[in-house]
Amino acid sequence: MSLFQQWAFIVKEALDKSFLVAKFFCSVHVANTYLCSTALVQGPSMLPTFSLTNELVLLERISTRNGKAGTGDVVILQSPENPRKFVTKRIIGMEGDKITYIVDPKNSDSTETVIVPKGHVWVQGDNIYNSYDSWNFGPVPYGLLQGKVFWRIWPTSAFGSIGRRPETVDPALKQVLEQANQS
Amino acid sequence: MRSASFIWNVCKSSFTFGLIGLTVSDRFASVVPVRGLSMAPTFNPPNNSSSFGLFTDDHVLVEKRCLTDYKFSHGDVVVFCSPRNYKERQIKRITGMPGDWISVPFSYDAVKIPEGHCWVEGDNPTDSLDSRSFGPQIPLGLIRGRVTHILWPPQRVQKIDKKLPRSGLSF
Repeated sequence: MSLFQQWAFIVKEALDKSFLVAKFFCSVHVANTYLCSTALVQGPSMLPTFSLTNELVLLERISTRNGKAGTGDVVILQSPENPRKFVTKRIIGMEGDKITYIVDPKNSDSTETVIVPKGHVWVQGDNIYNSYDSWNFGPVPYGLLQGKVFWRIWPTSAFGSIGRRPETVDPALKQVLEQANQS
Repeated sequence: MRSASFIWNVCKSSFTFGLIGLTVSDRFASVVPVRGLSMAPTFNPPNNSSSFGLFTDDHVLVEKRCLTDYKFSHGDVVVFCSPRNYKERQIKRITGMPGDWISVPFSYDAVKIPEGHCWVEGDNPTDSLDSRSFGPQIPLGLIRGRVTHILWPPQRVQKIDKKLPRSGLSF
């Protein structure tokens, strides 16, 4: 084969391989953004559902994109105070719901009631004593939700699905909320 | 079976190009039509024709590279999801960044824009009802891209400048 033909053959091979790599990256991006993705969660605000150490979870993006994420789902969202930070919290109320919450659970029992505005959700960590959530930054617009957490991959001892309710309800919190709801 | 393999090839190529196109429009840039008059005269300037179809709307280039570090500044025209309804996208100009003080119109209050939020406004001077209806302070996380150029109609192809539309609202 002449030199030109050899060179053309090599160039064609290189283009094919790079096209294959580009296709692979594009499909990974589309799957991550529109279907399912992984995330690392850490921090004390979702005890006892998630422990303090790093945990790897699977999140699906279909329900948040279609508006199907509802009360009780654990979601990952962009923090309204820093768009580059992602936080994991549970949705407590959708738009139009009336939320009664304890203002400062470590110090007092006083409660406040708000109505979640249109297009927003109220998120809360399962560990109310150590969580920076809607009690601090208010209701978040639905557009900040990134995905719904539905399965835990690591640690393997806790492999399994994430439920729609917190595993335990603090009995002190339950009593105060019942009294507030009655009055 | 030549037609079956031909159809299969067409399906494969369109799927591949769909994937690549979706990735490029998510990560680099995409083209969107501008509907409505809230950004006149920057987009959709009022003209004599009374029909505002999709064909006569301005189409703009929205770049997505800015979403990696969220470094926006005063005067940027951005596309964002409406806080009232996450399915709607709106185009407005940023006129206030976190830490700025904005005087609320028709009252004597001044509001400080909190961390992670920005103040958006339309360029149209008579747009006062629209930009104040949803409380124009939005979290930066709702922004979906920055507008850089107008691409259609051909006589209006131009680069969008960063400019402060009018003074008197921020200190």
